[in-house]
Amino acid sequence: MALSQALKSEAYRRMLRIRRFEEEGTRLFREGAIPGAYHASIGQEAAIVGACLALNDDDAMTGTHRSHGHPIGKGADLKPLMAELMGKETGICKGRGGSMHLADNSVGIVSESAIVGGGIPLATGVALSAKVRKTQQVCLCFFGDGAVNQGTFHESLNMGALWRLPVIYFCENNGYAITTSLAGSHGQPSIAARAQAYGMPGTVVDGQDVSAVYEVTREAVARARRGEGPTLIEAKTYRYDEHNVGLLIPGKPYRSAEEVEEYRTRRDPIGLYRQRLLQEGFTDADLTAIEHEVAGAVSDAIRFAVESPLPAPETLYDYMYSNPIGTPGK
Amino acid sequence: MSSPPMSATVRELTYLNAIVEAQREEMLRDERVILIGENIDIYGGSPLFDTFDARRLRNVPISENGFTGMGIGAALTGLRPIVDLTIASFVYLAADQIINQAAKLRYMTGGQLSVPIVFRACTYYNICNAAQHSDRPYPFFMNVPGLKIVAPATPADMKGLLKAAVRDDDPVLVFEDMSLWTKKEQVSTDPDFLVPIGKADVKRSGKDVTIVSIAGCLPKALAAADALQGEGISAEVIDLRTLLPLDTETLLESLGKTGRVVIVDNSHRTGSVASEVSAVMSEEGFEILRAPIRRVTTPAVQIPYSAALERPLYPSTERIVAAVKSIL
Amino acid sequence: MAPSRPVHSSVSAPTAATEAPQLTRELSLQAYRRMVRIRQFEEEAMRRAMAGEFSGMHSSSGQEAAIVGACLALRDDDYITGTHRSHGHPIGKGADLKPLMAELYGKATGICKGRGGSMHLADRKVGIIGESAIVGGGIPLATGAALSIQVRGTDQVSLCFFGDGAANQGTFGESLNLAAIWKLPVIFFCENNLYAISTPVAESHGQPDIALRASGFGLPGVIVDGQDLAEVYAATAVAVSRARQGGGPTLIEAKTYRFEEHCLNLQVPIPYRTPQELEHYKSQRDPLVLYRKEMLRSGIGQAQIDTIERDVAAEVADAVTFARQSPLPDPREVYDYLFSNPIHYPPEPAP
Repeated sequence: MALSQALKSEAYRRMLRIRRFEEEGTRLFREGAIPGAYHASIGQEAAIVGACLALNDDDAMTGTHRSHGHPIGKGADLKPLMAELMGKETGICKGRGGSMHLADNSVGIVSESAIVGGGIPLATGVALSAKVRKTQQVCLCFFGDGAVNQGTFHESLNMGALWRLPVIYFCENNGYAITTSLAGSHGQPSIAARAQAYGMPGTVVDGQDVSAVYEVTREAVARARRGEGPTLIEAKTYRYDEHNVGLLIPGKPYRSAEEVEEYRTRRDPIGLYRQRLLQEGFTDADLTAIEHEVAGAVSDAIRFAVESPLPAPETLYDYMYSNPIGTPGK
Repeated sequence: MSSPPMSATVRELTYLNAIVEAQREEMLRDERVILIGENIDIYGGSPLFDTFDARRLRNVPISENGFTGMGIGAALTGLRPIVDLTIASFVYLAADQIINQAAKLRYMTGGQLSVPIVFRACTYYNICNAAQHSDRPYPFFMNVPGLKIVAPATPADMKGLLKAAVRDDDPVLVFEDMSLWTKKEQVSTDPDFLVPIGKADVKRSGKDVTIVSIAGCLPKALAAADALQGEGISAEVIDLRTLLPLDTETLLESLGKTGRVVIVDNSHRTGSVASEVSAVMSEEGFEILRAPIRRVTTPAVQIPYSAALERPLYPSTERIVAAVKSIL
Repeated sequence: MAPSRPVHSSVSAPTAATEAPQLTRELSLQAYRRMVRIRQFEEEAMRRAMAGEFSGMHSSSGQEAAIVGACLALRDDDYITGTHRSHGHPIGKGADLKPLMAELYGKATGICKGRGGSMHLADRKVGIIGESAIVGGGIPLATGAALSIQVRGTDQVSLCFFGDGAANQGTFGESLNLAAIWKLPVIFFCENNLYAISTPVAESHGQPDIALRASGFGLPGVIVDGQDLAEVYAATAVAVSRARQGGGPTLIEAKTYRFEEHCLNLQVPIPYRTPQELEHYKSQRDPLVLYRKEMLRSGIGQAQIDTIERDVAAEVADAVTFARQSPLPDPREVYDYLFSNPIHYPPEPAP
């Protein structure tokens, strides 16, 4: 099932929202307005948005330390996300989570785990919950190529398959875990090929093609909703920046400048999709309008974040427990 | 202050380079020493790779429990691995193998096996990394018999203790502190310069109060002692260096001089290293104590991302000074 | 006897048909002796435990061919890791029965000086570097032993025993991947006895063939009949040879069966297996009975078989006598063996 015209423009909008948010966020990080560590999703927009668009609003998701694209891909409001990056009280996690944890529960995100592989059991559990509660929900689990080697991947996919849980295991394979390539860390290079070990289908898709990602994910979601269990999707994508903004790579580069350039110029998901949209009934004016809208939304978000207050120190213990007992102590 | 042997030369070394140098020297000295960790080909200290082959430098996929256990298996069969777990929060993923295998195998086999392995993990905190990257897990592991745990706070101690850990035939957990990476001091260049595991170090002598400093709290503890000196209060600062086993002798000797103790620990208050030190000192030094023991720790709350909330949490010079004054 | 069948021909595996190593007559007798030792040791140990002489155990009765077939393909200087079901492995690798029995009794003369017990019969002298009671706990250790071999440059191998349950542990996935990346000389040997306590494979595995998991990690997987000693031996010998020559790891799944419950005195309020199934294995698929037939068919006389069985009975009886007559460990020595290099130990007065 392909993207409808309405969804096509939404796809373009959301990919652009991720791109512009990340570009501005990177700039603000370098200027010191955003602290901590910034892991940008620039280059991976099609993989993220293609998957998110295949979900309903009440479907759930889990993600990773590279967390910004997921809520944006699922349609979240940019303001609380930017406010969270700046550590403000109005942030999506009240300033407690930050860049690696932009979990917007209002768009179905259950967790963005900074422990690699940490979200995979959670997603499996969310799917278990949906099944036990007899709803039609599914859960989509984002993780990277590095997480595939974690024990949690192994344990979770087995259980997902065993009980035919409505979960989609979606790997954003961007080719490198910080600086380590698949060749140096995977016993065999196909992530999708691991699926059969657990008794579920595995598919590879071009992660730079939002339309292809959408179709593959849509099929997996339909499968899950029919009660036929999980699917492992390997989306081959690419990240343009380093693992995190400003990361120094001493010594020999782990990837060539030519490779990065190739992706930026000829395999850019947004550039590719723009060209395609122009051939599928959209005009340059249509697309430019979206671009302006997105630029406005991002600058609104920045203004909102800058003008928001920091959390008050006396609220330090808030949100620790649903049912605090004797907290805070001295 | 531990001093290098008389005949050795010294050179200025940062805490971070002390780690690299210690590993390099021990790998040169003993071909059974290997290094296991993620991204170590780029970040493990590239000088190591120029000299040694990749046989002994294993860049591993993200699989902490698996590769930690692999290191233990190698230690059981003739090698002396150093397993680099990177950020301290990740040590929990490896906790099963560290606790259930490394710490227990010698005892459970009645001495047939020995586990000469070093696990390294670096604490990152106060840098807006949020809760899952900011742990200080030392107390968690102190409750495990069979482990040795060190937490050096100076470049010389970092180098000497890491070397001693590699040469120790038992499993040693080494906690480093990222906030100390750029600290510099003169460190011995003697390739056999070692700092003994199990010995605390009096970093500053005094007579009115004992300040016990744990891990990366040392700079704040020393700054507090300076501030107190300005008010005529003489503080003795003990750098614990080894968390397990505790150097009770040095602690009690100091208590004997001062009768008052403030313990500074950046782990969370409940069940902290400070709690154990406090219990030991009060049990064995009760008659000498002239005032209650004070702990200056991080409160029991998850580490929040926003600096406005995070920054005030860790022990500060002011809080240490206030704690001292509260018992004088 | 059919040769072992590689499950994935897409990953290059040795052709078992052309290379299947055979057991010599001497090895056959050795194999039978070790299988009988396991069987009689386990049966005697169960009698002693039920009489209250020590607290409990996990029997390997029924799994002897899988264990011994694998062990015989190894050299004395090869390493093994095992599991809580630990008695069979040292016996399969040729260990003396007396310290094993003494360990069950918690005696000072036990193989682990009374500190390990039934789940940890690790005899280092026969290459065992751990019998882990944490399911899946030994898999990374065996992988590390293989790493050590590769770093030291010897031609040893490491063999890892684990059960069907362990195949779902994260350590399984992580270790197989590590072994495959560096072609470590390790054989991952699954004693698939079809149940993890009371949970059948079909209720815990997304798909039922454990060997099929291998190709996802980049190593070959082989299924063998675990009740057929010669088949187990042949497949393991091929895998061992491959590992020794630098060809990397193999996953062997030996389909076997345990005659007793998961552990002694385990109450099973709801049966998880039928009496017919159990009876079928005990009467038609007993590895000792099957191998006896094989030996007779190949010309080994009944008299030799009888001698082996009598010898082993005496060995087991001697082991029990030795265990019962041995002293208990001294409580004042409880801290012994904690460290290679004790510092400030003991920290408090011994009890």
